[in-house]
Amino acid sequence: MLDGGNPSRVAVECQVNGVARSATVQARLTLADFLREVCGLTGTHLGCEHGACGACSVLVDGDVVRSCLMFAVQANGRSVTTIEGLGGPDGALSPVQEAFRSEHGLQCGFCTPGFVVTVTAFLRDNPDPAETEIREALSGNLCRCTGYQGILKAVAVAARAGRGAVE
Amino acid sequence: MKPAAFTYHAPASVDEALGVLAELGDDAKVLAGGQSLVPMLSMRLAVFAHLVDIGRVAGLSRVEVGERKVTVGATTVDSLIGRHAELSGAVPLLARVTPYIGHMAIRNRGTLGGSIAHADPAGEYPAVAVALDAEMRLRSARAERTVGAPDFFAGLWSTVMEPDEILVEVTFPRWDGRCGFAVREHARRHGDFAIAGAVAGVSLGAGDRVERAAVAMFGVSSTPVRARQLEAEVAGRPARECDPEQLGALAVSGVHDVVSDMSGSSAYRRRVGAAMVSRAWASALEEAMSA
Ligand SMILES: Cc1cc2nc3c(=O)[nH]c(=O)nc-3n(C[C@H](O)[C@H](O)[C@H](O)COP(=O)(O)OP(=O)(O)OC[C@H]3O[C@@H](n4cnc5c(N)ncnc54)[C@H](O)[C@@H]3O)c2cc1C
Ligand code: FES
Ligand code: FES
Repeated sequence: MLDGGNPSRVAVECQVNGVARSATVQARLTLADFLREVCGLTGTHLGCEHGACGACSVLVDGDVVRSCLMFAVQANGRSVTTIEGLGGPDGALSPVQEAFRSEHGLQCGFCTPGFVVTVTAFLRDNPDPAETEIREALSGNLCRCTGYQGILKAVAVAARAGRGAVE
Repeated sequence: MKPAAFTYHAPASVDEALGVLAELGDDAKVLAGGQSLVPMLSMRLAVFAHLVDIGRVAGLSRVEVGERKVTVGATTVDSLIGRHAELSGAVPLLARVTPYIGHMAIRNRGTLGGSIAHADPAGEYPAVAVALDAEMRLRSARAERTVGAPDFFAGLWSTVMEPDEILVEVTFPRWDGRCGFAVREHARRHGDFAIAGAVAGVSLGAGDRVERAAVAMFGVSSTPVRARQLEAEVAGRPARECDPEQLGALAVSGVHDVVSDMSGSSAYRRRVGAAMVSRAWASALEEAMSA
């Protein structure tokens, strides 16, 4: 955890993937670093740390947000869902994850958690999207392996299966 | 890419927030959605000893649709504005520009007040505020004042707000009668800041004459710019007589400090700006004609 010996520490209490978490952290600790370093949930990736790439996307009270642009303390009292919380308790892939696997929607996998979280929220709100809407929904996520065609296909497949909703 | 340490304040009321700002002065900064401020803190383009998070202040996130005007609380998030049916009926431009602001994840956190206080020259909400002559309600521990859009934006990322002031709400007038509204913008990718864009509103009177016109450009200059020459040109004329292409050229001819940067030279921005104005105008007019 970041700790420069600064006096400005704050209490954080929130739910992460259904589990209550509480910790005293530096106010400047981002939600992303809280998830990775305090909760040990390293599935949330950090690419740019300034809002440009979408790798750090998580759900806060069901809304997709950039966890690098939110301080952990701002998640007080809220419910956070990360990529680790999307699959079944037995490790079964969620429908969106399954579609990314079957349609080759990932290569190195660095951007994948952000895409999967974003797409999960998108298909929940818009279960039958047009191709242009899919492109728009993905516009905030960058894939440096540039596997966008596979990703677009995965979203279409997950949508067509009429699935992809968050529990 | 980590913000410098700061002391975090989470006031529960506007008065409490104003008290903290009055006491701390320049050392404190208001934190709303964080979608502009946190990147600046992370890149250490800005450092503040204190952040005053207004995200939990009661009563600042609200939409009040009145008969003549609409008031939007400063911390109302973009995504709520985008899907608020009553608001989009009353001030269509607000709902129509919202999908152009960044991406869903940005709109879920970014606020109307934050966008207007941040005053990005390519921001959509500042342009709507300028086009519609919105009024910004500012409060400090010292006083309360209302500033109209023409006087609010002072320059690149700057406004007339003092460090101890909070923007509490923004009021937009409602238009009635036969009117139409449109936004057009050009960006490299959907969700990127516009290279140039325009918002337009037009209302028609008898004989399809232009009763009221409001056009503002964004991305072309250091602040959003109202196309006053265009508005004067069309005033009272039969709308069909006005050539949208000429109106676009007229609009940008009034802008003297057109931006030049890696996304486009000033000559390019002038051309794109003119095209966006003419398309927004044509589309707003189309809507007004069929209203
Ligand atoms: C990837 C990305 C893409 C984006 N694309 C666009 C885009 O296309 N168009 C666009 O317009 N914006 C875009 N934005 C910026 C976004 O709209 C921001 O949300 C907005 O500019 C600031 O709002 P905020 O609530 O996040 O404010 P913050 O980031 O919290 O604050 C911004 C500034 O305003 C001040 N402030 C905020 N609220 C108040 C208040 N009520 N009173 C006084 N001062 C206040 C803060 O002190 C700070 O100086 C983008 C951002 C990102 C990260
Ligand atoms: S790491 Fe958060 S958007 Fe890139
Ligand atoms: S799969 Fe490698 S960055 Fe997207």
